[in-house]
Amino acid sequence: MDLLRFITAGSVDDGKSTLIGRLLYDSKSIFEDQLEAIEKTGRGNNGQINLALLTDGLKAEREQGITIDVAYKYFSTPKRKFIIADAPGHVQYTRNMVTGASNSNLAIILIDARKGVIEQTYRHSYIASMLKIPHLVVCINKMDLVEFSQSRYEEIKAEYLNFAARLDIQDIEFIPISALNGDNVVDKSENLSWYEGRTLLSHLEEVYIESDENFEDARFPVQYVIRPLSDEHHDYRGYAGQVRSGIFRKGDAITILPSGFTSTIEAIDTYAGEVEEAFPPMSVTIRLKDEIDISRGDMIVKTDNLPVVSQDIEASICWMDSKSLLAGNKYLLRQTTNSVKAVVKEIEFKVAPDTHEKQDAAKGLALNEIGKIKIRTAKPVSFDEYRINRSTGSFILVDEGTNTTVGAGMITGVGA
Amino acid sequence: MNRSRLTHLEQLEAESIYILRETASQFEKPALLFSGGKDSITLVHLALKAFRPGKFPFPLVHIDTGHNFQEALDFRDELANKIGEKLIVRYVQDSIDQGKAVEEKGKFPSRNGIQTVTLLDTIAEFKFDACIGGARRDEEKARAKERVFSVRDEFGQWDPKLQRPELWNIYNGKISPGENVRVFPISNWTELDVWEYIRKENIALPSLYFSHTRKIIYRENLLFPVSEFITIDANDRVEDKVVRFRTVGDMTCTAAVDSQADNIDDIILEIQATRTTERGSRLDDKRSEAAMEDRKRGGYF
Repeated sequence: MDLLRFITAGSVDDGKSTLIGRLLYDSKSIFEDQLEAIEKTGRGNNGQINLALLTDGLKAEREQGITIDVAYKYFSTPKRKFIIADAPGHVQYTRNMVTGASNSNLAIILIDARKGVIEQTYRHSYIASMLKIPHLVVCINKMDLVEFSQSRYEEIKAEYLNFAARLDIQDIEFIPISALNGDNVVDKSENLSWYEGRTLLSHLEEVYIESDENFEDARFPVQYVIRPLSDEHHDYRGYAGQVRSGIFRKGDAITILPSGFTSTIEAIDTYAGEVEEAFPPMSVTIRLKDEIDISRGDMIVKTDNLPVVSQDIEASICWMDSKSLLAGNKYLLRQTTNSVKAVVKEIEFKVAPDTHEKQDAAKGLALNEIGKIKIRTAKPVSFDEYRINRSTGSFILVDEGTNTTVGAGMITGVGA
Repeated sequence: MNRSRLTHLEQLEAESIYILRETASQFEKPALLFSGGKDSITLVHLALKAFRPGKFPFPLVHIDTGHNFQEALDFRDELANKIGEKLIVRYVQDSIDQGKAVEEKGKFPSRNGIQTVTLLDTIAEFKFDACIGGARRDEEKARAKERVFSVRDEFGQWDPKLQRPELWNIYNGKISPGENVRVFPISNWTELDVWEYIRKENIALPSLYFSHTRKIIYRENLLFPVSEFITIDANDRVEDKVVRFRTVGDMTCTAAVDSQADNIDDIILEIQATRTTERGSRLDDKRSEAAMEDRKRGGYF
């Protein structure tokens, strides 16, 4: 059985929480005591259980009836285990959607069939595209409120596709549903007999994710050095970490970055014993033939396929702090296991996610704004473009005064 | 390249090992909170995978409420001894004796809440800057909101509205003096994942998890183990019953389940079929709608 991580995005009243509640309920992943607890809190106007209450875990959320922070929910079918990042829809919580999207294989974008494509739809789709979520499912919800009209569905689909042509999304699927009544969520709906595709759950179970990993560019950021210095393992020196992409095999010629030293893989260790090869996302320990000074933050790569090493980075960034990002500001940049001081040299422009328009960024980037920036780091950083490697192409900026994570960056190239 | 795909358990394991190593790298004085329950036993197993052949870069720490099951305590000591890692135990009774914590009164007193006092004192005593815990997001709705690296202020408090964004797998463990981080490496595991992993890895557990005959009384439709720590009055009927525990906490708030499952395969079948959550047998979570959120805000792990 494998694992699919997905995010649900949609505007405030598009029925996201209801959809998740429905997926959990119809796949029998809700327990009786959880149902009892939400029944106590009250049923909706139509006498149905308020499934949205399952996901809003904080008091403030239940009081206001909105989702404030990302909640993670779990369910599985015989085919797959699913991790849902339930992200808030409000504009002011864009950063939380980016948080949920950063680890997802798939995004569900909800559209209210009565309202059609709205500004939030553009915003969420833009974020999904910017974060390179490989698969997108557009659920046209509340079909019961438009008399299950096929023409309404086609109209919305055409409008969405027209907009999506400008985005970088490979795989888009459209499904008409009613989350409230359960049409096409888990079970096929007779009300939507004109729709010949799969139900949402069956799509989630079947969508092909095997090719989502990058098996080409071997990247192993060193996390931790294991040196027992015990009698039994006196000379043991292993580099512990997680394979980010590509495949490493015993005997491979490797280069250590940023130093550029080269060596050969002596062994790949796990607690259960040596393995012949390691691929993402395996956590292993690599031993090398030669004694070289390597520490956390260095990256082991295959000599025949090197990433970029540079102090100048160009990146898309989502700003997550109430204090604006201004050119000249200094932060701690954290990328893979590396941590380095960095200065923002230039904010090239700001993007309006709903229209894609490039706007002037003379005043910097405010909370929840997205833009393109150039950064210079204090030491060379090894990276790939985010487009080809989500793992070595992503970084966060940390405010050294407050220690908070203030920005999410996706590298687009060398920022000369 | 189909063979290069890990199963869901292997992916979860790889993620947890990565988180444990991040914790060891980013903090000066981490600790692993170890109670002798299945989740923290799984954490210890994952730590073996993360750091062997080296030693753990942190001690195991147990906050003993004084109302723990003897089987769990014995298991705790044996395991620490077997793997040769350091175990630190601090006692809620000491906090009570020092007047820092006040024992609850009434028919269902529990020391679960006042554990927080002893935990925060222990963190201060050893200057721990990170505490690794076996909490899972599927346990409870407030937990579902929690980050993997969850920052607590100098009073141990959690503010769910001020959580740091947690992006990709880049964990930010930077804190100011006095603050600490609770780290949850098995956040993304469910109860069933833990059991399937225990089966796959052949991990030993305390006998409490397997069905056995025990004296119990019924309380609020739950089966409570008879112990010297609960009040039994004339209305209570003490019975011998074949039970097991799904979760092992304080004896005063952990209920048993009616079960014949005495091996892992049967336990997994039972959990797959069950219609109640693991926390459904914990009285401490039934106290109010936001019982867990409130405890966590106050510094509970």
